[in-house]
Amino acid sequence: MDWSFLAFIAFSTIAILGSLMVILQKTPVSSAFSLVLVFFSFSGLYALLGAHFLAALQILVYTGAIMVLFVFVIMLLGQDEPTTDLKESSLLFKGVATLGAFGLLSILLQAVFSAREITGAGVYTDEKIAEGGGNLRSIAEVLFKDYIFHFELVSFLILAAIVATVALAKRKNFNEGESS
Amino acid sequence: MNDPWLMLIVSCTVFVIGLLGVVFRKNLLIVLMSIELMLNAVNLSFVTFSRLHHSLEGQLSVLFVMVVAAAESAVGLGLVIALFRTLKTADSDQIQMLRD
Repeated sequence: MDWSFLAFIAFSTIAILGSLMVILQKTPVSSAFSLVLVFFSFSGLYALLGAHFLAALQILVYTGAIMVLFVFVIMLLGQDEPTTDLKESSLLFKGVATLGAFGLLSILLQAVFSAREITGAGVYTDEKIAEGGGNLRSIAEVLFKDYIFHFELVSFLILAAIVATVALAKRKNFNEGESS
Repeated sequence: MNDPWLMLIVSCTVFVIGLLGVVFRKNLLIVLMSIELMLNAVNLSFVTFSRLHHSLEGQLSVLFVMVVAAAESAVGLGLVIALFRTLKTADSDQIQMLRD
């Protein structure tokens, strides 16, 4: 029972309870803030796994950019009245969906634990990373040496997303067609 | 963390919770948030396997997944705004323009 195990228990409990709260809250605002909680605890889990760069990036990108976007859209749409869509769906649908989810969970867990025999084959052990200058430097070396083409491709994806968002956000009424 | 396998249980659980959110909820904003939850669960399993296999490709995949998630949420929220402007609602069961 060491310190990192206690931290893992705390972070994973917050992550699971927070994600349950995301899907059970009535208003989108409270879902959004539960999601912030989940993102922070995931960042802690990344740090426990030694992925320090991703732990920082998780907070910067997810809670800093994506969640601000979500909260901004919630504010823009005025979606603050409590919804009742959890109660409206029929009991049979809920039961079948929950049963299916538990089936999927058991299949996933079985798949994960059948991969238990696979041992580490790569070169980046903890000692190698520490001697190579840390997590961020090792990631940068792999990214800019072996995966530079993928990196450039991803920038095209971002460009396409910018163009698509601008095209979508332009004021255009569905019923009137092309009027601006 | 000497036994990263417990992380995979957390990852699977959060993934299934996100899937249930996509299935159950009608509000499109909450559906998008559940998709973010599922992407995060997959990211956690990427990082865990990257540590187990002593390779950094898993962490690089998380970088790319984060980029795709950012693009996806930007486009998805743009779609929700366009939909709200037309239908005055953000519920997915109100989208039936092809039926009329």
